[in-house]
Amino acid sequence: MQERLVELKTEALEKVAQAEDAKALQDVKVQYLGKKGPITEVLRGMGKLPKEERPVIGQMANDVREEISTAIDEKQTKMEEAALEKQLQEETIDVTLPGRPAQTGGPHLLTSLIEEIEDLFIGMGFEIAEGPEVEVDYYNFEALNLPKGHPARDMQDSFYITEEMLMRTHTSPVQARTMEQHKGKGPVKVICPGKVYRRDTDDATHSHQFTQIEGLLVDKHVRMSDLKGVLNAFAKQMFGEEREIRLRPSFFPFTEPSVEMDISCKMCGGEGCSVCKGTGWIEILGAGMVHPNVLEMAGYDPNEYTGFAFGMGPERIAMLKYGIDDIRHFYTNDVRFLNQFHKA
Amino acid sequence: MFVSLNWLKQYVDLQGLTPEDLAEKITKTGIEVEGVEPFGEPIENLVVGYVKECNQHPNADKLNVCQVDVGDEVLQIVCGAPNVAQGQKVAVAKPGAVLPGNFKIKKAKLRGEESSGMICSLQELGIDEKYVPAEFAEGIFVFDGDPEIGADASSLLNLDDIIIELGLTPNRSDALSMMGVAYEVAAILDTPLHFPDEEVQITEEKAEDAVSVTVKDGDLNPYYGAMVVKNIKVGPAPLWMRNRLISAGIRPINNVVDITNYVLIEYGQPLHAFDYDRFGSKEVVVRRATEGEKIKTLDDEERTLSSNHLVITNGQEPVAIAGVMGGADSEVHEGTTTVLLEAAYFDPQAVRSAAKDHGLRSEASVRFEKGVDPDRVQRAGLRAAQLLSEYAGGEVLDGVVAYDDLSYEEKTVTFTTSRMNHVLGTDMNDAHIQDILRKLQFSYEQEGETFTVSIPTRRGDISLVEDMVEEIGRMYGYDNIPFTMPQGAGNAGGLTAYQALRRKVRRYLEGAGLSETLTYSLTTEERANLLMSPDVKGENVRPVHLAMPMSEEHSHLRLSALPEMLASASYNVARKQKDVAFYEVGSIYVTEETVLTKQPDEKERLAGVLTGSWLTHPWQQEKKNVDFYVVKGILDGLFDYLDIEEQISYQQGQVDGMHPGRTALIKLNGEAIGHVGQLHPTLQKGYDLKEAYAFDVDLEKVFKAISSEETYTPIPRYPSISRDIALVVDEGVAAGDLRKTILETGAPLVKNCLVFDVYQGEHLEAGKKSLAFSLLYLDPTRTLKDEEVEETHHAILDKVKEQYNAELRA
Repeated sequence: MQERLVELKTEALEKVAQAEDAKALQDVKVQYLGKKGPITEVLRGMGKLPKEERPVIGQMANDVREEISTAIDEKQTKMEEAALEKQLQEETIDVTLPGRPAQTGGPHLLTSLIEEIEDLFIGMGFEIAEGPEVEVDYYNFEALNLPKGHPARDMQDSFYITEEMLMRTHTSPVQARTMEQHKGKGPVKVICPGKVYRRDTDDATHSHQFTQIEGLLVDKHVRMSDLKGVLNAFAKQMFGEEREIRLRPSFFPFTEPSVEMDISCKMCGGEGCSVCKGTGWIEILGAGMVHPNVLEMAGYDPNEYTGFAFGMGPERIAMLKYGIDDIRHFYTNDVRFLNQFHKA
Repeated sequence: MFVSLNWLKQYVDLQGLTPEDLAEKITKTGIEVEGVEPFGEPIENLVVGYVKECNQHPNADKLNVCQVDVGDEVLQIVCGAPNVAQGQKVAVAKPGAVLPGNFKIKKAKLRGEESSGMICSLQELGIDEKYVPAEFAEGIFVFDGDPEIGADASSLLNLDDIIIELGLTPNRSDALSMMGVAYEVAAILDTPLHFPDEEVQITEEKAEDAVSVTVKDGDLNPYYGAMVVKNIKVGPAPLWMRNRLISAGIRPINNVVDITNYVLIEYGQPLHAFDYDRFGSKEVVVRRATEGEKIKTLDDEERTLSSNHLVITNGQEPVAIAGVMGGADSEVHEGTTTVLLEAAYFDPQAVRSAAKDHGLRSEASVRFEKGVDPDRVQRAGLRAAQLLSEYAGGEVLDGVVAYDDLSYEEKTVTFTTSRMNHVLGTDMNDAHIQDILRKLQFSYEQEGETFTVSIPTRRGDISLVEDMVEEIGRMYGYDNIPFTMPQGAGNAGGLTAYQALRRKVRRYLEGAGLSETLTYSLTTEERANLLMSPDVKGENVRPVHLAMPMSEEHSHLRLSALPEMLASASYNVARKQKDVAFYEVGSIYVTEETVLTKQPDEKERLAGVLTGSWLTHPWQQEKKNVDFYVVKGILDGLFDYLDIEEQISYQQGQVDGMHPGRTALIKLNGEAIGHVGQLHPTLQKGYDLKEAYAFDVDLEKVFKAISSEETYTPIPRYPSISRDIALVVDEGVAAGDLRKTILETGAPLVKNCLVFDVYQGEHLEAGKKSLAFSLLYLDPTRTLKDEEVEETHHAILDKVKEQYNAELRA
């Protein structure tokens, strides 16, 4: 019987090895390990054996069974692996073919810049204030220390609608309105972005419509050094940690003292180049301490309250930052222009 | 203002600073320097030559052969200038000289005659033609006086000068004079000033016997001073004076005119010289012009005056428009021997309106408009008289005949050191302030830390403490102010709910594939009336128009962004950018008034324009063009994102300029808030576009509909059941209505109802269509029984049968 078992084992293992597909393997399994298979038969015939041989043969039969079963399982696993391998091979695609395009759009460059600037100042505790684009003369001029007859408010420079109403020439009227809403109390801490209009013929450097973003802080102890600190923080975040700022005297009717802020030129690092016209500095914005007449007209006591204001042109900043040579690009909406600024 | 450094050096020691360093200091302390430019190029081998002989060229009519003494030798030079003559002192470029434009002077033969050098015109030396005195315009330049033969002509002609261009802000008109600039530079450099005196040699004859002065409108002319200078010999002004005028951008004319212009630039005080003998009388009468009065000004134009204009008259008729331009009849000319010299203070407004009305803004009018220094009016007159006597042979009659009602006192401003520090954020002490006031040459009195400063009349811009804050601050140096952050009660800062929502809308649309545009608010009248959304359009709504537009293109305020956005789309399509998906968030300006008495209602709208293909994925054969449902899907997504989709409905609608069958009104709780649809084919054609789609929605109303309450709905623990139905209805039945009825009837169990098929054709009766819906049944509290679903399902079928005659499709 022992020989029979060894024979069966050899025979079965050979068939397992020869089995080419799952069916053949299953056949081998049924043939040798099935209830009617030869090993079962051997076990059944064990009754005829002497008592002491039974456990030996029983053990051996089980071992053979185990061995065949393991071989079948292994073979089965191998076959499955091969099948999967084949499937994977068949499913292989050319990953270098282009993907199905997802729609992508994006904000206008000026919106991106304005939002970026808003966020910088929000981080410093500012709120965003907005106001009408068709403005009354009082808020656009008078409340900003530009009384009637002032040369800077020539009819020729503004789009008037009636004698008392015009397209706002700057976002400063929002400052006047915001101060008025605060009824003589501080702090007023706002950023005012928006569209403005001037009587200019559109060309590479002029646009009859453009954007401005202004800031205002009025409180009891606002100093010019605070203006410097805030603008410095802004400039470093906006233009880079290594940029320096400087203030130069200037003139605006609604601030006194008035200054212009330059940043050190990024192109040459302050050495002087064509971008900064050899000065090493680039003018970025106008600013100053709020004029006492402006405070007073808005209901603030200039002896108690001081404030600073600043204003800049996103178009100019964009032109500097990206080397854009024509302001009309911002309003032509050529997709080849717009798309360039949709990248993160 | 052009500032010649050679001229400035006469008044203030520039301490050997390079022009660039000086410019930097001026810019940082007070006035922006817009340019530092060499006036000319110093030229080597350019010398003063003496024309010893000048003979006709033997072989050329128009050439002369000159023997020119240049000091160390005598050169033969062939010269073609018509004005060359024996006895002249001229500028000679010797061989080896290089003239502007890299023109090298070499020995040459001209028509057989040796020529060793060139006698130069001013143009050839690089001086702009517009500044060349008329007498030298067509020929060589001739020195007057007696320059040394062989001397360097470059410096005599001021070619080594540097010009600094100041960009003056309106408050710094004090620097519209060389003296004003000198004050500023002396303060910056802390150096002393040297100004000319105004001493004049006078005759015994009295001016008051020669002229009288009457001012009738003293409010416009508080001071008028007249001087008389006789025995004038009109001729060229000295070379140095002409050089300085040219450096200031003024063309030399003759000594009398040049002297008045010179003093104008030096003192900032415009003067006028009349020919006394042609003045027409011995009395100066200043008054407002009468309406329609005429004057022929010295540019030979006849000008009609109005009562806003101030004129100088001879008692009869105008001889000058005050502060703007003199009359032709009394103009100084070659034969003038006696000059009536005017030094006056004219009202800035009067000069401004006259200059503007006649289009005559000049060096003089600009200064009067800004207000001249009252202290310098008479002094400037004296200075001019002094120069006339020195350089035009004049004899100055004794006295200034004046009308004088000009009251001016030095203003005072009082402040404390601590106020300065409080506003500037600095840590200055009294000594800092004393030092700055000394440099500025402002006199002051000090009591403790309180300064009372007398403001010189030249600084008309200073009257408030804040003005002094600026003076002290800029002189202390803005660089020396520390960087601090604002103290005091802080705000939290941030966006308002509205602003935050607007940003979310932008990001959603960008994610959905749209690019933001920025179009002009001002458009043509036609476009302003085009494509108004039904919720905007009212019987009397009309675009706001500008009083004085610059062009028809930008004359009216928009009532929709769509017309300009379509123009942008058209621009792109014409440039082979055929796929356009634009959105814009911006205001429209709504009013019913023809003449505005109050501001228009500015409504923020969301508009979109799409055309071309929406999806192109060629190798998998996918291509989809933009259609109505693409655009509607974007809006559906937006309303869903904002969680107001249940309040939104669409309804077939008519909008001018839109396709009548492919346009929907967008309704929010039944109220129209905008529209979406295809552009009318006629309009598409007008814009040169193929199928184009647009939407325009009132953003403010959308935002108002958003509930601020955010709640959590638990994820359902019980399974849902899905049932599909296909209904056959008349083709006119709107899917949206049917869906709405299903949802209403199926409530509360039916949670969703999706259209998954629309069919019309072969297997259906003509005029019918089949709409297939997939219904989702759910009770979040328990597992639904089939019977319950069945019951609701039947109710739905009964209802749609009753309401729409809908049959279940077999």
